[in-house]
Amino acid sequence: MNVLFFGITKDIVGSSEISFSDEFKPVNVAELKKQLIESYPEFSKLNSLAVAVNSEYADDNVLLNGNEEIAIIPPVSGG
Amino acid sequence: MKKVIEIVDVIDTAKVYAELSDANSGGICVFVGAVREFTNNEEVVALEFETYKAMALKEMEKIADKALEKWSLNKVVMRHAVGEKGVEEPVVIVGASSAHRDACFEACRFLIDTLKETVPIWKKEKFKNKTVWVSAHP
Repeated sequence: MNVLFFGITKDIVGSSEISFSDEFKPVNVAELKKQLIESYPEFSKLNSLAVAVNSEYADDNVLLNGNEEIAIIPPVSGG
Repeated sequence: MKKVIEIVDVIDTAKVYAELSDANSGGICVFVGAVREFTNNEEVVALEFETYKAMALKEMEKIADKALEKWSLNKVVMRHAVGEKGVEEPVVIVGASSAHRDACFEACRFLIDTLKETVPIWKKEKFKNKTVWVSAHP
């Protein structure tokens, strides 16, 4: 399962994409966020942390099978 | 074409009138966001924008569709720039045209306010000695 990072989360992770091996693959969005915050404590200091699945905002209970395009969306600041 | 939704490298503010003008429109309202020289009294050298393009275009499309549902509009433009932008350069332009001015004024405000809330675009402020991702931290 691959996860894309943008903005400040890309800087925190040090990469625009990371892969989760099957044994660590989160089952849903909430689990993905939890794992990321554990691995990168800086994530918990952000104003917000959203996840997009197939380029749509996804709630915590959305299930992940690993074939989706998953992206981490830190606080947006366009305009 | 009723909607123009784009993410571009450079915004040409001169072409928006032709994109929005319409025989049925007595009013055209446009908002342009540009790079300001100072943030909290600190001199900004440049702003750098990045986006998750596929999602940003989808979100912009949703906002334009909502505006078209909510107000009686003839045309809508939403265009955001990415990359590094210097002071006074335009970074975003949104606009709407309608028969009378109330609809396009209200829609234009909605377009920019909602874009800033939901569209996955990120802005990094570059100062002389540091860079800051805008709105990232409390």
